[in-house]
Amino acid sequence: MSDSLSKLEKRTAYTLVLPAVLLVFAIVLFPIFANVWISFKDIELKDIRIPEPRAKKIVKSISENQSELKIIYKLRNSSLIQEIRNVQFQDKFPTNVSPVNLDSRCNFQSKKVVCNFGNWQAKYRENFEITIQNNNGEIIDKKIIKSQKPVLSGKADNPLLTTNFTLENFKKVFYENNFVELLLTTFYFTFFGTVGAIIFGILAAQLVNQNIQGRTYMRGILLFPYVGPVVALAYTWTLLLDPNSGTLNALLVNFNIIEQPINLLGQKYITMSILGFEFKLRLALTTVIFFEIWRYFPLAFLFILARLQAIPQSLYEAAEVDGASPIQKFIHITLPQITAIISILFMIRFIWNFNKFEDIFLLTGGASGTRTLPINVYQQGFAVSDIGMGSAVSIVIVMLLLSFMIIYFRLIGKRANEV
Amino acid sequence: MKFKSLAIFLIVSSFFLTCILSIWKIMATLQGLSFTNLNITPVFLIGILLSLTFVLIGNKLNNLIKILLLSFIFSISYFYLNETSPYWYIFGVFLITLFFTNKLKKYNMQSLKEDFISEKIIFDFITLFGIVFFAFVILFPFYIMLVTSFKTQIALLVNPLDFSLDFTKSLTELFKSYFVIFETYNFGRYILISSAVSIGTVIVTLLFAIPAAYAVARLNFFGKNFLSTSILIIYMFPAIVLVIPLYTVFSQLGLRNSIFGLLIVYTATTLPVAIYMLQGYFKSIPKEIEDAGIMDGQNWFGIILKIIIPLSLPAIASVALYVFMIAWNEFLFSLMFLDSPKSFTLSRAIQYLSGDAETPRQYLMAGSVIVTLPVLFIFIYFEKYLVSGLTAGSVKE
Repeated sequence: MSDSLSKLEKRTAYTLVLPAVLLVFAIVLFPIFANVWISFKDIELKDIRIPEPRAKKIVKSISENQSELKIIYKLRNSSLIQEIRNVQFQDKFPTNVSPVNLDSRCNFQSKKVVCNFGNWQAKYRENFEITIQNNNGEIIDKKIIKSQKPVLSGKADNPLLTTNFTLENFKKVFYENNFVELLLTTFYFTFFGTVGAIIFGILAAQLVNQNIQGRTYMRGILLFPYVGPVVALAYTWTLLLDPNSGTLNALLVNFNIIEQPINLLGQKYITMSILGFEFKLRLALTTVIFFEIWRYFPLAFLFILARLQAIPQSLYEAAEVDGASPIQKFIHITLPQITAIISILFMIRFIWNFNKFEDIFLLTGGASGTRTLPINVYQQGFAVSDIGMGSAVSIVIVMLLLSFMIIYFRLIGKRANEV
Repeated sequence: MKFKSLAIFLIVSSFFLTCILSIWKIMATLQGLSFTNLNITPVFLIGILLSLTFVLIGNKLNNLIKILLLSFIFSISYFYLNETSPYWYIFGVFLITLFFTNKLKKYNMQSLKEDFISEKIIFDFITLFGIVFFAFVILFPFYIMLVTSFKTQIALLVNPLDFSLDFTKSLTELFKSYFVIFETYNFGRYILISSAVSIGTVIVTLLFAIPAAYAVARLNFFGKNFLSTSILIIYMFPAIVLVIPLYTVFSQLGLRNSIFGLLIVYTATTLPVAIYMLQGYFKSIPKEIEDAGIMDGQNWFGIILKIIIPLSLPAIASVALYVFMIAWNEFLFSLMFLDSPKSFTLSRAIQYLSGDAETPRQYLMAGSVIVTLPVLFIFIYFEKYLVSGLTAGSVKE
């Protein structure tokens, strides 16, 4: 009895889980493996359509004789680069109609013209003609002939499924593409974006956690940048920072803080001198990082605030009795309570910033030294139209991600052992 | 010791006052007032004088009279220090000073002798300053977005600092950008598409996620543990690595430029989060309630429909809102999959608009306001649900 029940339970479980699992597998897991495949192929954006034989049918009358018609088929190979093998052609005709002087590649039987056109090279074109006549000398209705569409078929390789592989893409990724700078930019962006968001998150959480009026409103407002659509926010920032008529530059010039407007999103480097040391700051990248911090510190804030509110108030009261200063309270009570959540946040944000595409794409499009790995996937795959290369960059991203995760789980495991 | 804390008190409080007054001045400048100097030093100095007189007076005067009097004197002296300014501006200064002096009221010569008072002063004012700072930094871009949509390109090029709204103009004139983007740029259609995709995604996601989450939470089957851990790992993988294979496959299947294609992708990418959030909630429902259902002869389907769903409406609401927000804001896939303006979502439409350098910025901002407002409204209205959704689903964006 219980055995059949558990069998039933299993069966139900699989029926409930399967649709979701299949969907996620098809859309999320399959592409990750497909990337591996594509990254070893020399394939461009224009190659991804499977070539098809196509025909356009034109019907013409021949002089006065209405029992005869000429049909022109404009045949072509839809692909500009691939051949189609063994093209078969088929067209149906009404009763009593038969072709005259049929092409040698074709046969006429049971009201059908069947042709075997053999192989079509890339860009192949032909105007193929059939003359038809009514066997009884009656008028042939043009409309009926026109409404019948020819059927074509042929074998073509799906360029995605061929088995010629190359290592060229990976060679290009590592050697031709300024890979080191790409990687450095990505890490610079990821690291500072993450750390900045966490620091601002701690500050904001610390503020809101105090007894101030309207702190629920404050919590809501602080989350605005995170819930707003990235397109709207990125374009607002672009306008705000615009060097010609952007509000920020206009304000700074107006109050004589700077003399010339600064192109915050379009200038790769800015030379700063602090204490006599001159150094170059990656200006556009820094601006993008600030946008990133602005948009994602709310998340860190939300998590840290939740943790702060769970700290028992008695701890602070006890510290008060012992005569601890506010800074001591923060260092000895608050900080130890939030280190765990901070390390989790750091890892999650690190991985997500590492993959960030939209924000940079919308602000700078990857120009002025803001090209990170995800931006490069898009540029290779869609701007340069080299799908194989884009996939190779994706694979590099996946590999790096996997190694982050392994490190992360190792660290978490250690932490669990210590406790 | 007392002198040190007094000095710190004066400097910190006056610094705070200077900061809010500067922000007020910047906001006034954006209304078209032609200030060219923030006057930080003089304001800072009279701020110090204000705080000093405040603690010196102490309890000799009624508090209300004291703050009104001091604020009034301060505003007058501020008026003389500054370039000519309208009365509403000075009135704003008066109100800010009132707020400030009211904050000062817990300090007097006595309290400055307490332990750690300098640290406490610094903490107090940093808190105040931080709140003003965060609120300003966050709301300012939203403010610019909104007011730009009411201006014209020419007016902004002439004076990029004048965001004042001319209410003498007729309403149609004021909302012109909105009329234009609806009439010429077809935004009505994009709103419909965006809503259809987002609501569709919510429905389909829930249809797939509720049964799966129930199975993970309650039933025993082979591979259950593997499934629940892989959920977490799957949503660490970013959209950008999925884009190329999906693009090629969707091109071959003819799913690009279709709402259906977008719906599938959005559903699949939000499913792991939805399952993760729901199964956590389902586990918290006492099993006895279900046992009663089994006794009544319900099958699994009936249990989910009649017991689990009604009991977990709050969790389902937060998943739904969270998924809606993700789908509404999504940009990467709509950029990749939609080429034809017939099938654009709002985000994609705005990006398309911006691709044309000729598009006046007020149209761009009007579009941005349209795409932002629904999410902000939903967020404000359902904040409680969304926040719990955000915290649970935050592993994902």
